[in-house]
Amino acid sequence: MVEWKPRIVAFLCRWCAGSAAELAGISRLSYPAEIIPIILPCSGRVSPRLIIEAFLNGADGVLIGGCHTPNDCHYISGNFKAFKRVYLLKKLLSQLGMNPMRLRIEWISATEAQKLVRVVEEFLNEVENLGPLGGIFHEKA
Amino acid sequence: MRVGVFICHCGRNIADTVDIKKVIEDILKQPHVVCAIDYVYLCAEPGQQIIVDSIRKEKLDAIVVAACTPTLHYETFARAIERGGLNRYMLEMVSIRELVSWVHKDRVEATDKAIRIIRGAIAKVLDNKAYEPIKSRVVKKCLVIGGGIAGITVALDVANAGIPVVLIEKSPTIGGKMAMLSETFPTLDCAQCILTPKMAEVYKHPLIEVHTLSEVVDVSGHLGNFRVKILKRPRKVKIELCRLCGLCERVCPVRVPREFDRGLSERKAIYLPFPQAIPTAYVVDENNCTRCRLCLKVCPTGAIDLDEKSIVVEEEVGAIVIATGYDLYPAERLREYGYGLYKDVVDSLQFERMLSSTGPTEGTIIRPSDKREVKRITFIQCAGSRDEAHLKYCSKICCMYTAKHALLFKERVPDGEVTIFYIDIRAAGKGYEEFIKRVQEEYMINYVRGKASKVYQDVDGDMVVIGFDTLTGERIEVRSDLVVLAVGIIPQMSRELASKLRVPLDEYGFVQEIHPKLRPVELSIPGIFVCGTAHAPKDISESVMQASATAAKVVNLLSKGEITKEPIIAEVDENICSGCRVCVTTCPYGAIEIIDDKAKVNEMLCEGCGICEASCPVDAIKLRNWKEEQLMNVVRAVLGGR
Repeated sequence: MVEWKPRIVAFLCRWCAGSAAELAGISRLSYPAEIIPIILPCSGRVSPRLIIEAFLNGADGVLIGGCHTPNDCHYISGNFKAFKRVYLLKKLLSQLGMNPMRLRIEWISATEAQKLVRVVEEFLNEVENLGPLGGIFHEKA
Repeated sequence: MRVGVFICHCGRNIADTVDIKKVIEDILKQPHVVCAIDYVYLCAEPGQQIIVDSIRKEKLDAIVVAACTPTLHYETFARAIERGGLNRYMLEMVSIRELVSWVHKDRVEATDKAIRIIRGAIAKVLDNKAYEPIKSRVVKKCLVIGGGIAGITVALDVANAGIPVVLIEKSPTIGGKMAMLSETFPTLDCAQCILTPKMAEVYKHPLIEVHTLSEVVDVSGHLGNFRVKILKRPRKVKIELCRLCGLCERVCPVRVPREFDRGLSERKAIYLPFPQAIPTAYVVDENNCTRCRLCLKVCPTGAIDLDEKSIVVEEEVGAIVIATGYDLYPAERLREYGYGLYKDVVDSLQFERMLSSTGPTEGTIIRPSDKREVKRITFIQCAGSRDEAHLKYCSKICCMYTAKHALLFKERVPDGEVTIFYIDIRAAGKGYEEFIKRVQEEYMINYVRGKASKVYQDVDGDMVVIGFDTLTGERIEVRSDLVVLAVGIIPQMSRELASKLRVPLDEYGFVQEIHPKLRPVELSIPGIFVCGTAHAPKDISESVMQASATAAKVVNLLSKGEITKEPIIAEVDENICSGCRVCVTTCPYGAIEIIDDKAKVNEMLCEGCGICEASCPVDAIKLRNWKEEQLMNVVRAVLGGR
């Protein structure tokens, strides 16, 4: 049997968290390859549906990376919007029987490559401990 | 749709970790992919030529480039595909270097991840559409809000570049706080001597229109095309007729504290703010005028019109500069220092007026309470600044102006005793440290390191300052005739004006720039700029430097006559939009309005964040080339096979 490895989708904003991911590369840091980045304009662009779509298609965890609150967001308040959505979606997901730990939002500035690596490793570890999501919504919250 | 995928080896940077052959095998199996070509350096001219040739040969509609980060080479490849005859928005570029080969070591894992990322890009580009840059006419005119030294500098720099300027000032004269100062550190130039020629220059400049007693009441529009409503309160004295004879002032029976001397002297209800005020004309203080009409009777030129009303003027401008300046933190709030309770506790601007040869005492230092000459004086630095209970930040200018105050006092009263309470001396600036040293050593100033804890008046009238000297560890009491509080500074712009302009403020109410280092005068609202102390505490030299930087940005923007803008903005499907207004409330730029029950995006205001799309309950509003369906496909594609 093949050893199970979690799959994580990371929605990273272009300006802060996405730049941090680039910097991690430029600085030759390394982190596990189970994480697939999707770079978009703003963490505020991430709709709840995209997150759910990721879980439905086999993601075991979803990470959202945006700019630091309160003032770093390139689009003024997108990070706050993202935070509110994630907060509510976590409640919904746990009501549906999913552990809300599988969804995580982090503020990572363009210079915080180290933080990005730490967050990815930490999150991957957490999701690994939770095990595969499998047929969705069959776990204890 | 015919998609071509191009994969760069970046020498060995990518190829060593990612199995390019395997990537190509997989990508060629993806629907719509016509060709997948790798090259050792795609960014080099031969690499770009491969893309150009393939577009023609394979009749490609869309391109995916997997190489280094788009930050580095998006523009290179966008131009290449334009050379091949495609629109630049039909390009998707993804990094398999920074995001893959440089951060992973395992070849199998890295190859799998690269394939997933490229699949995602293919899924996205399939639904990309071609767009042309948005062009808009620019109104060649700049609005400057605030007529202090920062506003004056911007206005002159911009107007001297040939661009008309509208300068508005809330008070009856331009000049701002600098006009109130006696001398300036560290050169001890007389403030008025260097400022008033600039004030006159602004007023006489053919391209600068000055509105005093004016405020912005409404702003609409966008970069290059703002419509601003300005409320002009009545001066009630016709500027061109007033000859400054002062007869009106002599007969006016009303006496109120003079703002320019910060209440240390009095003025009438009809008054000249200060002798060099510009415009050089009397003004009627609407709030205190009793309408006795005595002034009307004596005015030899009939310049006074007590029935003049406020008017609203509209201006169209291409750019707006915020130079609204600062105010002193209300010293009354520092209750332990007794400001407002004791007449002989003054704030730093009051002391400036006492030092000024045009001030209420004509430069002699006497106690406000009993007019006795001051021999002993105590300054308290950081009054309000660097204090959790008041202002958390350092007001930056107080160390320097207090040293200047001490020096100027000692020059007037050579046998005087000066004590300064300080926390730290912050004198980072050209010639600043030397100035402080000179004051400390040549003028025998007693610098006490520690915060004063209380000020009270003794029965003999002495002001007693109690403090703690942290260098000796002793509690000390200093008796003096006058106490000067080096009060911290706060931004003057109201939150109301900030919200009208939609400019972001920091936690203290200072205007927030886009980037403190690389874009220090631009704001997140394009076309609006900031300079001077509206942005942060700073001294005159820094304000002037920043004002010139701002002027350069304004000229840069307005000299072109036309601006182009990225077309990646939100658009609305009117057949679906229900007019629910959710997008209106989430848009950080106020770019969406509801017209005839449908959302409408102002293409010049939209910055392309896509926050509206993520919040639309019916999928009616979409960010071009970042549509929900596209991103859903990206999510499916990167997770495919799992």
